[in-house]
Amino acid sequence: MILFLEQLLNGLQFGVMLFLMASGLTLVFGIMNLVNLAHGSFYMIGAFVAAAIVASSGSFVLGLLGALLATAILGIAVEMLIFRVLYKRDHLEQILATFGIILFCNEAVQVIWGKTPLFFDIPAALSGSVELLPGLNYPLFRIGVIGVGIVVAIFLYLLINRTRLGMAIRAGSSDREMIAALGVNIKLLYSLVFGLGALLAALAGVMAGPILSVESGMGESILILTFVVIVIGGIGSIKGALAGAVLVGVVDTLGRAFMPELMRMALSGGAADSMGAALSSILIYLLMAVVLIFRPRGLFNASH
Amino acid sequence: MQVTKTTTLGETVALNEPLAPASSQQHGKVQVSHGTGRRWPLSRWLTLLTFAVLLALPVLLAVLDNSFLLTLVSRCMIYGIAAISLNLILGYGGMLSLGHAAFFGIGAYVVGITAQNFMYGTALMEWPFELAASNDAIVVWPVAILLSALAALLIGAISLRTSGVYFLMLTLAFAQMIYFIFVSLDQYGGDDGMNLMSRNTLLGLDLDNDLTFYYVCFGCLLLIYLLVQRLIAARFGMVLRGCKQNEQRMQAMGFPTYRYRLMAFALAGAGAGLAGALIGNQMEYVSPNLLHWKMSGELMVMVLLGGLGTLLGPLWGAFAFLLVEDVLSGITEHWMLFFGPFLILVVLFAKGGIYGYLIRKEQP
Repeated sequence: MILFLEQLLNGLQFGVMLFLMASGLTLVFGIMNLVNLAHGSFYMIGAFVAAAIVASSGSFVLGLLGALLATAILGIAVEMLIFRVLYKRDHLEQILATFGIILFCNEAVQVIWGKTPLFFDIPAALSGSVELLPGLNYPLFRIGVIGVGIVVAIFLYLLINRTRLGMAIRAGSSDREMIAALGVNIKLLYSLVFGLGALLAALAGVMAGPILSVESGMGESILILTFVVIVIGGIGSIKGALAGAVLVGVVDTLGRAFMPELMRMALSGGAADSMGAALSSILIYLLMAVVLIFRPRGLFNASH
Repeated sequence: MQVTKTTTLGETVALNEPLAPASSQQHGKVQVSHGTGRRWPLSRWLTLLTFAVLLALPVLLAVLDNSFLLTLVSRCMIYGIAAISLNLILGYGGMLSLGHAAFFGIGAYVVGITAQNFMYGTALMEWPFELAASNDAIVVWPVAILLSALAALLIGAISLRTSGVYFLMLTLAFAQMIYFIFVSLDQYGGDDGMNLMSRNTLLGLDLDNDLTFYYVCFGCLLLIYLLVQRLIAARFGMVLRGCKQNEQRMQAMGFPTYRYRLMAFALAGAGAGLAGALIGNQMEYVSPNLLHWKMSGELMVMVLLGGLGTLLGPLWGAFAFLLVEDVLSGITEHWMLFFGPFLILVVLFAKGGIYGYLIRKEQP
């Protein structure tokens, strides 16, 4: 039971990281109608910049702020240079151009930081663990990650539903030309949303840094999971991104933790292990297929 | 408005081509030209040239005594087959599939798995009936094609219920699923893949001979090229291209568009399966990397680089991609650093790919 609760929390924590990725990606897709494969690159760059700053200054806070700032600026720069031209193009061209960005970024971090994975430590203030329940000690850092996720979710909710900027964002996702005609500076809005998305991806990357290893190509594995999240949640919907992220995070983590044991009940030894491993890695894709069979446009579809 | 009182499908689709000036339309005749190329004699000339060069190349290479290039060109032709098959759904059908590598990989794994079982003399499966492994391409390759097509049929049947980006992400997700299944196959190398002891034999032909293998690849390429050419010119291809432009209109005309698109998806999977079987033989090594989503991305790049929705484009794209890779990776280990921006520039500024560039130049 304790093990189950712990894995559930792990799943929640993973879901939170997926949510940070998915919210940015789903906003960019919902508003600009842009398929951005390079979203994972912001996650990777955020992690690398943070690792480098932490290594040289020793301060996690400095690393976090530096990574967020650097990635947001990079995001806005890339938006102005490349994505502005891509908005009007079809999805295929967007995919290929962003694929080019991925290839470049993966190679660039290898050139700058070398091939060996970087590590950075959990900040001292968050390095302990707390006893949530008798017998359930949970690392403070992971609780912090979950906390950050909740704060970001509330922040995004308020931003989108309670502010003027949010109103423009919502209007932009339903009718782009109309809000441009009403005098909203759509170019600036796009840049801001893109920068926000990049910043959130970097935030996820910084938080993933101490848990996973910081290496070239780390952005893609989470990118594909993020796609699964926003497809399950419904493209363009923050609410859907949150629901999908928690669902995928929990299902994936629980599957990896318990599927091999479940298989061992039914099958013997080696066959059970390989079967369990295979099943747990494809579980979320099965989940997505099932969701799409019943709800072809995801759980919460924002745009229509 | 153009004439709408048409009786055959071919006419209707041809008339609906948005870019076609009315004067160049051959009314009442199905147009066989592709992409921006209205003057098909040029495209036929280019096709003949391409295949003639490929046919004669080994002679030239034998004179130069360059066996490395022979292998490289075989490789290019194999990727060309995969790219041509992807182009069938991507270019002509307008289906954004980011999972094509799955079918490519399945084809390769069929070769790998049968080869390993053949080597050890073990049965492929013992239940429900015992199936001995074969090493003859005449058996193995059709199985590879069939299984790839079957996988494509299943994935397509679910994915085609959606459209646009949902389709893209579904195909990607299913391909990842198959990728992880092969990664978990420990008895077949798992993450590391497996080495083949030798290539298949083909009706007594020794494919371990690079020259023989080259011409087998050439034959397969020519076959696939002609098949796709006929398919696109036929009623099937017309419906497919019609669906790309306006699926609702095709439905209103009474075509079961879902079935047509699914069939195209399965055929593309079959083509990729053949390419996979060939690449497994060519490298004598099969690994999950063949199914990685980056492979799907690279196949997409080949199609766009050469010319989306053209017959010859994807083949040229495959050559361009692999030759550029070969040259750049010879210069620097970090060749992706240059290839990435190059790709972005191609997308931003070179619409129509290599083929489109040539055809545009020819036009006054």
